Amino acid sequence: MATLKELSKVEERFVGGHRLCAGCGHGITVRMILNAAEGYNVVVGCATGCLEVASTIYPYTAWKCSFIHNAFENAGATISGVEAAYKALKRRGKVNEEFKFIAFGGDGGTYDIGLQSLSGAMERGHNMVYVCLDNEAYMNTGIQRSSATPTGADTTTSPAGKVIPGKQQPRKDLTAIMAAHNIPYVAQTAIHNWQDVHKKARKALEVEGPAFINVLSPCPRGWRYNTPDIVEITKLAVETRFWPLFEVENGKWKLNYKPKKYVPIEEFLKPQGRFRHLFKPGNEHLIKALQEEVDNRWLALLERCGETPELPPR
Amino acid sequence: MNFGSGTRTRVVKADMKWYELTKAGNIYEPGNANSYETGDWRSIRPVWIEDRCIHCLFCWRYCPDASVIAKDGKFEKFDYKHCKGCGICAKVCPRNAIDMISEDEIEKAKEANKDEN
Ligand code: SF4
Ligand code: SF4
Repeated sequence: MATLKELSKVEERFVGGHRLCAGCGHGITVRMILNAAEGYNVVVGCATGCLEVASTIYPYTAWKCSFIHNAFENAGATISGVEAAYKALKRRGKVNEEFKFIAFGGDGGTYDIGLQSLSGAMERGHNMVYVCLDNEAYMNTGIQRSSATPTGADTTTSPAGKVIPGKQQPRKDLTAIMAAHNIPYVAQTAIHNWQDVHKKARKALEVEGPAFINVLSPCPRGWRYNTPDIVEITKLAVETRFWPLFEVENGKWKLNYKPKKYVPIEEFLKPQGRFRHLFKPGNEHLIKALQEEVDNRWLALLERCGETPELPPR
Repeated sequence: MNFGSGTRTRVVKADMKWYELTKAGNIYEPGNANSYETGDWRSIRPVWIEDRCIHCLFCWRYCPDASVIAKDGKFEKFDYKHCKGCGICAKVCPRNAIDMISEDEIEKAKEANKDEN
């Protein structure tokens, strides 16, 4: 594993001057992924979303590599098309260099709007990496719920008030859906553990064929936590088992991190404004339901990974 | 009409006509966002305290804006032209080697110095 000392010498391919909000998780995630792509020429494609609108405001681009944006719903199709064109040109001897193809999409562009395009690209077996930057809502347009938004979260289209206490539905498990495509590599990771992100990005780039990585990438505006606390928040998501770290390599599920003790979901919810209403008297049952959802999903995951399905000691 | 005749994003200006812009809105200079300064968004600024720093580079790893500049594997400086003052670097530093200081205070101190001279 490379050290930060070595990694800091790699050329920056996502430069300062982009217009993501101060403290945005996407800036950190993209820098980590492109840093891990050291030694490769890359072509990046983005779905419409925070990252795309903030990094390519005409006539500026924050990308120090080839970049393509098409529309909200087709980052998967676009990058797979570029990869197919590259292969054809290579066959005819018109391109000689080696390239890797990376698509970035937010949860809106990946879990919802771009799902069929992504699914198609994965099934066709293109040699590409799709990275979902999951900040759990449509943040670019002002915090609307997506299928990645956790149950109970307050967003502008699932507003917590007298009628409903935030989002009513459970979140979609996209990483499992991608694993069901039986592609060579699928992983879930989070930025507080940079080694984990680095390793997974590296693996995804190295496998022959499609790879998918789901990264939890917090949004200080939409989650309403204290901006500098991004690493802590992400860590709490993993410690509370809300966002487990795992990978699926050629169909084999593997858990990458097991919390030592039982950390209740409240620890992750409390620092975030989007969950504040859950702590009002009379709403205890909502937190209890959320906890049950987290525990059940954890047990199911352990089983898939061939581990003894048990909760961490309290 | 020579639609989209330009090939140099460098010459794109706000008062240009639409047909003078680059074809399909292409941008021909990778990473030219670097010439756009986001440093003026900042209300607090990170200040490095050299003698506390152990050059672990956590600050470099977690800056969303590539505004911690490392050189030869060590902390070198902040890029104040782009740093947005989010405070993440100060928070992840294990040695408290980064202080976040209000830009207003810095302005005031500058003004005070001016008066004395
Ligand atoms: S995180 Fe702190 S100790 Fe580490 S390199 Fe940055 S300033 Fe120095
Ligand atoms: S305050 Fe934020 S933007 Fe500025 S150098 Fe630190 S981490 Fe980077």
